Amino acid sequence: MRQLRRNGVLLAPAGIWLLVMLVLPLVVVFIFSFGERGAAGGYVPALTLEQYANLPARWTAFKNTLILAPLGTLAALLIAYPLAYYLAVRCSPKWRTTLLILVIVPFWTSILIRSYAWIFILGGRGIPALLEMVGIDEVRLINTPFAVLVGIVYGYLPLMVFPIFVSLDKLDKRLLEASSDLGSTPLRTFWQVTLPLSVPGVATGCMLVFILLMGEFLIPAILGGGKVFFVGNALVDLFLQSRNWAFGSAVAMTLVFIMLVTVTVYMKFISRLGGQRDDISLM
Amino acid sequence: MSKDDGTISKKRFMEELRRYQKGSVTRRHFLGVTGLGVASAVMGAAVPGLRPRPAWAAGDIGDRVILATWPNYHDEANFDAFTEATGAHVQVNVFGSNEEMLAKLQAGGSGWDVFVPTNYTITTYVDEDLIAPLDTSKLANYDAGSFEQRFSDAGSVNGTLYAVPKNWGTTGFAINTSKLDGAPTPTTWKEFWDLTMGTYSGRTMVHDYQLTTIGNALKYFGYSFNSVDEKELADAEKLLLDAKPHLFAISSDYQPPMRNGDAWMTMCWTGDGKQMNVDMPEIVYVLGKEGGELWSDYYAIPKGAPHMDAAYALINFLLDPAVNAKEVLAHGYPSADARTNALLPKELLEDPILYPAADLLSALEFGAAATLTDPNRAELLARFKSA
Repeated sequence: MRQLRRNGVLLAPAGIWLLVMLVLPLVVVFIFSFGERGAAGGYVPALTLEQYANLPARWTAFKNTLILAPLGTLAALLIAYPLAYYLAVRCSPKWRTTLLILVIVPFWTSILIRSYAWIFILGGRGIPALLEMVGIDEVRLINTPFAVLVGIVYGYLPLMVFPIFVSLDKLDKRLLEASSDLGSTPLRTFWQVTLPLSVPGVATGCMLVFILLMGEFLIPAILGGGKVFFVGNALVDLFLQSRNWAFGSAVAMTLVFIMLVTVTVYMKFISRLGGQRDDISLM
Repeated sequence: MSKDDGTISKKRFMEELRRYQKGSVTRRHFLGVTGLGVASAVMGAAVPGLRPRPAWAAGDIGDRVILATWPNYHDEANFDAFTEATGAHVQVNVFGSNEEMLAKLQAGGSGWDVFVPTNYTITTYVDEDLIAPLDTSKLANYDAGSFEQRFSDAGSVNGTLYAVPKNWGTTGFAINTSKLDGAPTPTTWKEFWDLTMGTYSGRTMVHDYQLTTIGNALKYFGYSFNSVDEKELADAEKLLLDAKPHLFAISSDYQPPMRNGDAWMTMCWTGDGKQMNVDMPEIVYVLGKEGGELWSDYYAIPKGAPHMDAAYALINFLLDPAVNAKEVLAHGYPSADARTNALLPKELLEDPILYPAADLLSALEFGAAATLTDPNRAELLARFKSA
């Protein structure tokens, strides 16, 4: 009984927080999604599936999000992994802390300001002007899906580097020696030892980046020039411009649902990979 | 009591305040989508050392007043003077569209004391019970008779005064004429859209704002800027969707790309047109011959404003003709107040961008209240953006 009460006390702050800040708002959004837009905007209670029927009107936003979020995650992974590997395995401990801090430093400035800086780098007087000097004319970078992708990778890279770094840092270096002693080439050691052991870090990093990207609106708004539209941008518009809370709620619930499904499938997939890894280590 | 006996001097305070006011990158769209304006205002309140000391003049109106307005639309020196005179520090929240202001007030708890609605929105605020009637006895500087009537009459609804005029202006387009290769400067909205899909492809910007973007697309067909007719809106939507692949961006933050040459043509408001034309004469401001928007902004107080006395004090201060004249000189939007205009230099009063020729002006329309609440227009722009 006393044990129970103590657990209750321990869990109460987080439980109340989640209830008030997550569960209740979600219930409100769920209820709103079956309502209608008020005459001057806002929400009028109703029981209709009209909002969900209207979802195809935002198909492009969902499509952009579902293409660019995984693509951005993949690009971030491909850039972050070698960096994390270098930091954890190759780099001399003397430099490691300094380099790790350098990875964090950009976080000291708002993502807003950093994304805004890319407008000038990708704009006509930035990279395209440099390309013109070497004879490549008429390159348009800003306000394209590519610009959004660059912004995404830049903004989210540290979130990918750190989990991978942590899992590689914990890696028992004796396993690498053992692999080498048993005649493996360095490449084979990487594929059969290092990579499988870093799967948890990769999985965490990918999930962090992917989930945040699914709700992203800032980077597409700034670097997409209003032309590369994410679901997040559609939501901002629905709540702050057209004030259609009912439709906005339906779009939000759909996004939550898509995220739940993809993350569940992803977790299943990862736990199967993890299982294989356990088999390897048992052998 | 000395003015400088606190932990931070008045002068130092104003320098600090200016610093992050500058840091807040006052661009209409940027601040609109990001809420950084709000963030910087919140920051100002959260840093105790930056708060001004309690009032020592003009009666105690509290230590702050919160103003929801548009970017590049005030003279900061006037705010400094207001703080100096009253002890109340002006927190500025910057917004990108009337829709967004309405959305914030509808959601409740905006915390604003003064806001700046555009003419056509005021009846909706009254209908929604979001705006407080004004007590003219607290606005000694408000002289109804000195304002040009067409720019002040939207402030009264059913005989009650809810808002007093701030500035007026037009919505036209700005075009970089150096990219025309000798072709004549366009003078109509039809040419604006044809150029967009022609030689200016990839270089045109339209506002991220339903009223003007839809309105000026309607003008292509000669329809009313304010149309809510379904067939006419369908035509406008088709034009917008056809033009979309040719646009550089859908954004109300058009000055930076216009200035650095990424964009060559954009929908544009009076003051922005003037500011760009002054620095780069090849960028000219054009009012479409078919018409377009004529607008007038107002000062108003939302219902339940937390610092009511300070709200009245600020509006009254900004209505002072001498203060108002400084505002106009800073932002380049004309005033409808004859007392203010009497203090302005002659060149400014004759400027064709600020005060367009009568025949161009007469074709313009004030925005209509119906456009703000019409669900089809709101959804049309959202569809256009997400297409």
